[in-house]
Amino acid sequence: MTFPHRHLLGIEPLGPAAISEILDLADSYVDLNRRDIKHADALAGLTQINMFFENSTRTQASFELAGKRLGADVMNMAMQASSIKKGETLIDTAMTLNAMHPDLLVVRHPHSGAVDLLAQKVNCAVLNAGDGRHEHPTQALLDALTIRRAKGRLHRLNIAICGDIAHSRVARSNILLLGKMENRIRLIGPPTLMPSGIADFGVEVYDDMRAGLDGVDVVMMLRLQRERMDGGFIPSEREYYHRFGLDSEKLGYAKDDAIVMHPGPMNRGVEIDGTLADDINRSVIQEQVEMGVAVRMAAMDLLARNLHSEPAGVMV
Amino acid sequence: MTTTLFTNARLIDPAEGTDASGWLMIENGVIRDMGYDAAPPNADAVRDCAGKCLAPGIVDIGVKVCEPGERHKESYRSAGLAAAAGGVTTIVTRPDTDPPIDSPEVLEFVARRASEAAPVNVLPMATLTKSRAGQEMTEIGFLMDAGAVAFTDCDHVVTDTRVLSRALGYARSLGALVITHPQEPGLSKGATATSGKFASLRGLPSVSAMAERMGLDRDIALLEMTGARMHLDQITTARALPALERAKRNGLDITAGTSIHHLTLNELDVADYRTFFKVKPPLRAEDDRKAVVEAVASGLIDIISSMHTPQDEESKRLPYEEAASGAVALQTLLPAALRLYHSGDLSLPQLFRAMSLNPARRLDLPTGRLEAGAPADLVLFDADAPFILDRFTLQSKSRNTPFDGQRMQGKVLASYVNGTRIFGDL
Repeated sequence: MTFPHRHLLGIEPLGPAAISEILDLADSYVDLNRRDIKHADALAGLTQINMFFENSTRTQASFELAGKRLGADVMNMAMQASSIKKGETLIDTAMTLNAMHPDLLVVRHPHSGAVDLLAQKVNCAVLNAGDGRHEHPTQALLDALTIRRAKGRLHRLNIAICGDIAHSRVARSNILLLGKMENRIRLIGPPTLMPSGIADFGVEVYDDMRAGLDGVDVVMMLRLQRERMDGGFIPSEREYYHRFGLDSEKLGYAKDDAIVMHPGPMNRGVEIDGTLADDINRSVIQEQVEMGVAVRMAAMDLLARNLHSEPAGVMV
Repeated sequence: MTTTLFTNARLIDPAEGTDASGWLMIENGVIRDMGYDAAPPNADAVRDCAGKCLAPGIVDIGVKVCEPGERHKESYRSAGLAAAAGGVTTIVTRPDTDPPIDSPEVLEFVARRASEAAPVNVLPMATLTKSRAGQEMTEIGFLMDAGAVAFTDCDHVVTDTRVLSRALGYARSLGALVITHPQEPGLSKGATATSGKFASLRGLPSVSAMAERMGLDRDIALLEMTGARMHLDQITTARALPALERAKRNGLDITAGTSIHHLTLNELDVADYRTFFKVKPPLRAEDDRKAVVEAVASGLIDIISSMHTPQDEESKRLPYEEAASGAVALQTLLPAALRLYHSGDLSLPQLFRAMSLNPARRLDLPTGRLEAGAPADLVLFDADAPFILDRFTLQSKSRNTPFDGQRMQGKVLASYVNGTRIFGDL
C-alpha cells in the first residue's frame, strides 16, 4: 500500500495501518544503521530543511542524521537567532523558504498548531518535530518501535505514562498512538500536571504511582521542566521525586519484564533514579535514541514518495 | 407630512411576542400605526413587502469601531455600512480603542466622527476606569453629559474590588449603566480555549468554564453591595446561569448578554487552529451553547450582541496562541441568529426581543419596538433566502468572520433609520 499522507503533522490523522507501515520500514532502517556502510539513496537529490524555533539538540541531530543517511541535502536553520527576531511572521518565513524549493521541512515551534499553519502555506512535505503542547509524532513513533521490538507486539499492553502530562506533546502523541494500536494506557501524576478533560481520553488516571504501575508492561517517564518545579505545579523537587520519581522500589510494582523509557533529556534524581536509567536490563532509553533515527528515516522516505505524485486518497 | 405604508408584511413584534402578517404606517420618521386587518389606510407611498419579515431594527451593544487608533481595521463609515447591510440600526460602540475612550474630549471626537460618517444611530460607551487600567474611575458625569450611554472596561476585568465597588457606587448616584466582563482573570490569563478534551488534544492553554461563574459571583456581590445598574457583557456557560437567575430573582438591577458566536458555534469549530474562531471568552462546549440558547429563549439572558471585533489579516495569520481574538459580526448577526430560528430553538419575536427590544429598553431608548410613536428604525428581511457567505463581500474593512464559506439562511432586504432607507432597495 502507499502511505496516504502528504505531511506528518501529528499522530491524530494516522490510521493503524499507516503507523504500522512507518514502523515496518523503520525496522529495515535499523538494520541499515547497524551496518558499516550506513547509506541509502531514498532521498538522493532532495533538500531537507530543519527549522527549529525552539532549542533542540537531540531531535535536530536525529533528523539531520536521518536525512543524511538517506542522501538528502540537509540544512539546519537556527530560527531563534534569525528573522523572527526582526519581526518577520511565521508565514513570511515559510514563504521565503518555500521559494527555495525544499522537499522536506522539519519544524519545531513553541506554539501549538504553528506547524499546521506552516504546512498550509508551503508546497513541500512538512514534518512536525514538536509544536507547543500539541504533538511530537516522531517521538511517539520511535517509542512505539522501541516497544514493539522489546515486547514483540504493539497491542494489548499495559502502558503507564508518568509525570507532566499536561504540558507534554510527547504524552499527547503517545496517548493517541498507543490508543489507536489498542493498548491500555494509564496516566500517573499529580492532578496539577494532568490536562483538562482527561476523563474523556479513554485512559485510566492515577495519582498514586505504585497503584498505577501495578502490573504494567511499559513505564514511560516524562521530563519535568525546571520552571514547573517550584511551587506552581508541585511543592518541590524532592517531594515530587518522593511521590512520582521512578526508582527500583516503585518499579517493583510493574511486571518483572517491564521496560523503562524516557524521551530525554533526563533529570536524574527528579523523575528517575540515575542507576535505574542506566540499568541495561530494564532501561531502553538508549534504544529509543537509536530507533529515533530509523523512524525519522522511514517517515521522510514515505513522505518523499508522495512528493511529486498525486496518488489517489492522499490526505494531510 | 408624508406617510409611507408597508403592506403585506410579516410583522415581528417582540413586545407583544407576535409574528403575523399585517401593515405598518410611518410618518415623518416615526411609526404612526400598524394593524393586522386586510384593509390598511391610505398613504402617500406604499411599499409591498411581499410577505417578508418586518421587524424593529437591531440594537447592538458592544460594537468595536477602531477609531481612534486603528482606522485601517474599521472606521465609522465602514462599520455603519456593515450595520446597515446587517439590519443593525443602532450600534453601541465599545471604548476599548487606542487610546481608549476615557475622557469627554475623546468621546466628543468619536461622536463627531460617528455623526459625520455612519448612516445608523451610533451611541458611544466610555470606559469605567482611566486607560482601562482598573485603578481610577473616569469622569462618569461629564462623560454622560457628552453622550456616553454605558461604562465598561470591556474585556479588562477590574480586579481591584475596592476600585470597582467605588465606581459602581458613584455610577449609581448618576443612574449610569455599568457593563462588566464576568471572568476570573487569574484563571483566564493566557487562555485561548475552554478547558476540556478538545483544548487538551490541541495543546492549547485553556481556562475552566468555572472562571466565568467566579467572575459573575463577584460582580453580583458587588452589585448587591452598591445597588448600581449592571449589565454582563457575555454569559457563555451553563454553570453561570443559576447564579444569574438568583441575582434576578433577588431583584438586583442586572441584565445579561451573550454573543452570537457563542450561540451558534462551539469549541470544535476551531478544528485545526482556525484563528477566525478565536474569540474572547473562547468558544465553549456544545452543552454550554445549548444552555445559553435556552437561557435566551426563557429570557434569563436578555440580550444578543454581535461583539463585532475587527482584526486585520496580519493579526489573524499567526499561530493560534499568538493570533488576535475577535470576529466581525455586524453583517452576519441576523443570518447567524436565524440559524436558531430555523433550528426551532427560538421564534422570531424571541430573537428580536433579545436583539432589538431588550437592548433598547436597557439603554432607555425609544427604538427597538413596533409601536406607535417609536422611531421608524426597521429591518425588512427574507428569513428563508439561502446563500453562501463570502467574507470579501462584507462591508467591514476587516473580514475576520468565522462564517466564511458557510451556508446561511436569511437576507436583509432593506434597513430604515427614522424612516429613511439606509440599505436595500424597497
